Amino acid sequence: MTISEVLTKIKDTSARAVVENSLKLAKENEEYHALLSLTAERALKRADGVDSGKISGKLAGVPFVVKDNFLAFGAPTTAASKILENFNAPLQATAVEKLEAEGAICIGKANLDAFAHGGSTENSAFGPTSNAFDKTRVAGGSSGGSAVVTALGVVPFALGSDTGGSIRQPASFNGVVGVKTSYGAVSRYGVVAMASSTDVIGCFATNVSDAEFITEIITGRDKNDMTTLPDFFEVQANSKTNQKIGLVKDFMTNDVDPEVREKVNEYVEKLKSAGHSVEEVSLPMAEYALAIYYIIVPAELCSNLARYDGIRYGRRAEGVTTLAELYGKTRDQGFVTENKRRIMIGSYVLSSGFFDAYYLQAQKARTLLIDEFNKLFETYDILIGPTAPTPAFKLGENTAEPIKMYLNDIMTVPTSLAGLPAISVPAGKNQAGLPIGVQLMGPMKSDAKIFALAKSMENK
Amino acid sequence: MTQISRDDVLHLAQLSKLELGDTEIDGLRTDISNILGYVEQLSKLDTTGIQPTYQVTGLSNVWRDDKIIDYGISREELLACSPEVADFQVKVPKVL
Repeated sequence: MTISEVLTKIKDTSARAVVENSLKLAKENEEYHALLSLTAERALKRADGVDSGKISGKLAGVPFVVKDNFLAFGAPTTAASKILENFNAPLQATAVEKLEAEGAICIGKANLDAFAHGGSTENSAFGPTSNAFDKTRVAGGSSGGSAVVTALGVVPFALGSDTGGSIRQPASFNGVVGVKTSYGAVSRYGVVAMASSTDVIGCFATNVSDAEFITEIITGRDKNDMTTLPDFFEVQANSKTNQKIGLVKDFMTNDVDPEVREKVNEYVEKLKSAGHSVEEVSLPMAEYALAIYYIIVPAELCSNLARYDGIRYGRRAEGVTTLAELYGKTRDQGFVTENKRRIMIGSYVLSSGFFDAYYLQAQKARTLLIDEFNKLFETYDILIGPTAPTPAFKLGENTAEPIKMYLNDIMTVPTSLAGLPAISVPAGKNQAGLPIGVQLMGPMKSDAKIFALAKSMENK
Repeated sequence: MTQISRDDVLHLAQLSKLELGDTEIDGLRTDISNILGYVEQLSKLDTTGIQPTYQVTGLSNVWRDDKIIDYGISREELLACSPEVADFQVKVPKVL
């Protein structure tokens, strides 16, 4: 379901009919557990506002879903955690506000790994989401619910957040487009913070044009988020011809699923047929990216999650008598094991005595990685590779071994650490019918250029 | 490779303000040891003279006017988020 199809349907019927249909589809697909809540009452009210002409805009009446780490009205914002289970946000995220200003209608809030810690949505405190193509497999994550509702056609687009692959990998697993914007392109005001130096906001859609359209709306400087960049995103009508594209060979080793490599190679052939040149390039620091990531991200998130203390908002443990007990019990009950694991790793790498060996060394290694990207982008317009090493894996397959789970992010983490834009586009399915995504990566602020190339390649 | 003891786990939990249940401690000990073992590969890298990267956009000192900003949220609405409130204040158990 594309945005223009939905707009046509609204014109032919009504916004209310379209929103009611989305809500109906959401209920029919409950068994995927992609949504944690529906915002039906508010959505229908807004639909009536569209039908009566009170609400207008480029997306008037178009339903969408937000990952449940976005503050939004109409249902609690849980971050898929017990600690925020009943938290009703007093404000909305800037990205949500911008979409609503164009008349879009949020119909529900999507499942995620609790606090976006994970790559399969199995770390949700409320149970996992199933893959849109095989219910015995994972949705990917952490924005699994957003990817699945888009793939199932419940809504034409959804919002997610991507700290190390949390939009791109579930997009790849569910056969939809997933966008990780340049760091600072989209305001993070009103989104539950994870790792402040890599968190970005982006969208899922069923085609590149829709993803580009939504990105155009949500990007831009926001006075409420001092890390946003001055406006730079401008849609490119045509993609540059004869681009130089680098195929990252470090992502195409024998460890990577052969069918994934095959789909990437097919995409490469199409790029060549379209007149672009593709050469193998090397990104040796990619080997270290995951190690860098699992120092920096826990360090940042343990600071960001310090605010969940049971005092000002969220759940508070019962039967406690002292403040120390209140903190300890509230956080023990409110976080899932993966949250605790990461918080404790963060506490470890930031401890005095370990700081230089872990955190500082990781930040220096990060510089080396960024230098390698910069060097490649002196020669190449875009880099290409798989989004994830495999198609969607089985539910439960990687839950016992955190590092095995983390390794799924090996191809998405490098661009996150460097703040670079990257998108995952569907590149077909394997023999078993599971979707496979190809990842296009560009230099800082080249979001529009990546969209233009991906758009020119769609349906080829 | 770093081996984390049970006491280390409890110390980290205390630093992190987490009162762990007994059932979780051993699992966390194994996981944290393995993860630290994995990230230790960075010690192989020569980073002599390399500057650390703390942020990627080069933005620094983004100032705003020193004026009260109206976020459109009232004191009542914010206090309503708190589990326990008395006299327009957030209530907590005794500190000592």
